[in-house]
Formats: sequence, C-alpha cells, structure tokens
Amino acid sequence: MYYAVTVATLITMAMALGRALLGPTIYDRLLAANMFGTKTVLLLSVVAFLYGRPNFLDLALVYALINFIGVIAVLEFIRERADREKAEEMASDESS
Amino acid sequence: MNLAIDILSWITLTAGGAFVFIGGLGALRMPNLYTRMHAASLTDTMGAGLILVGIMLQAGATLATIKLAAILLFLLLTSPTASNALASAAILSGLQPEEGPVIHRDKTE
Repeated sequence: MYYAVTVATLITMAMALGRALLGPTIYDRLLAANMFGTKTVLLLSVVAFLYGRPNFLDLALVYALINFIGVIAVLEFIRERADREKAEEMASDESS
Repeated sequence: MNLAIDILSWITLTAGGAFVFIGGLGALRMPNLYTRMHAASLTDTMGAGLILVGIMLQAGATLATIKLAAILLFLLLTSPTASNALASAAILSGLQPEEGPVIHRDKTE
C-alpha cells in the first residue's frame, strides 16, 4: 500500500517539475516549487514507513518548515523587485 | 480490530494518493495561474491530510504519530499562508484572474 502512495507522490513531483519548467509566469514556477516541497514532505513520511526507518520523520518535519520559509523569502524578493521596477518606470515617465 | 484499522488506513492512504495525483494533474494541465493554484491546494489539504492520517493509523500510539501530527499541523498552517502570499503577489504584479470560461492560452503564446 505504501508503494502505491509513493508512486503517486513521485508522479505528482514529476508533474510539478513539468509545470516549473513550462510555467509561463514566475508565479507558476514558484507554485510548482512549493508543491514539490510539500510532496517531498509527504514522500519522506511515506518512505519512512515503507523502509521502516522512522528517523526520516524528523527530516520531513524540518523540510516542511524550511520549504515554507524558502517560498516566502523568494516571494518577498520578487515583490521587492516588482515594486522597484514599477518605481523606476514611473520615475522615467516623469523625467521624459 | 487490527484488521479494521488496517482497512481504514489503506482506504485513507489510497484516497490520499488519488487526491495527490489529481492535484498534480490539475497543476500541470489547468489553463492559468489561479486555477493551477486551486488544483495545487487540493494536494496540500486533502492529499497531505489523508496520507498522514493513514500513516498515523498504521503507526499506532507511538512517538512517530506525534511527529506526523506535528508535520500535519505545520502543513495545514503554512500551505494556506504560502498560497495567500503567492496569490496576493501575483495580483499586485498585475496578473488579473479571468472571468467566464477560460480557453487554453499557453499553447498559442
């Protein structure tokens, strides 16, 4: 039974990677990266029981936290950059 | 009793795997960002919840169950926050959601 869930999670991770490669906007890629991270947490939890190694659960716990912080940090960076570009655009409009 | 718990955990694990798969398919195939976000959030709530509950049933009353509950709690707290931040950043950047029926635009672009 764990095998089926592992395979489903792996296929979903592949599809998330496909979306990250295709994604027209940067937000699509970020969404796919976030999804990939969540699926990694699930995969780690399932694999911990598939191979009978409960230590993997600690890795899953840490990964869940780091993934969230990483996505928020990248989002903040992109938002800052968009704000800066908008401000530069307005400044160049005023000077011309 | 053991068999009942086994069957219950198999059902939840299979349903969770199905939800994860459907959500991944939606994230790959949906036409624009907001519909993709909708599909991806399915895997974060139902998929993760059902899979983790299924494993919890298998683990029984051990330390692993507490760790799994902590993982589930973190996922349920963080994934809506990340989705909200992502959607608000996308809207602020000028990516408006479309109203009405949506056609596949990615192929023509």
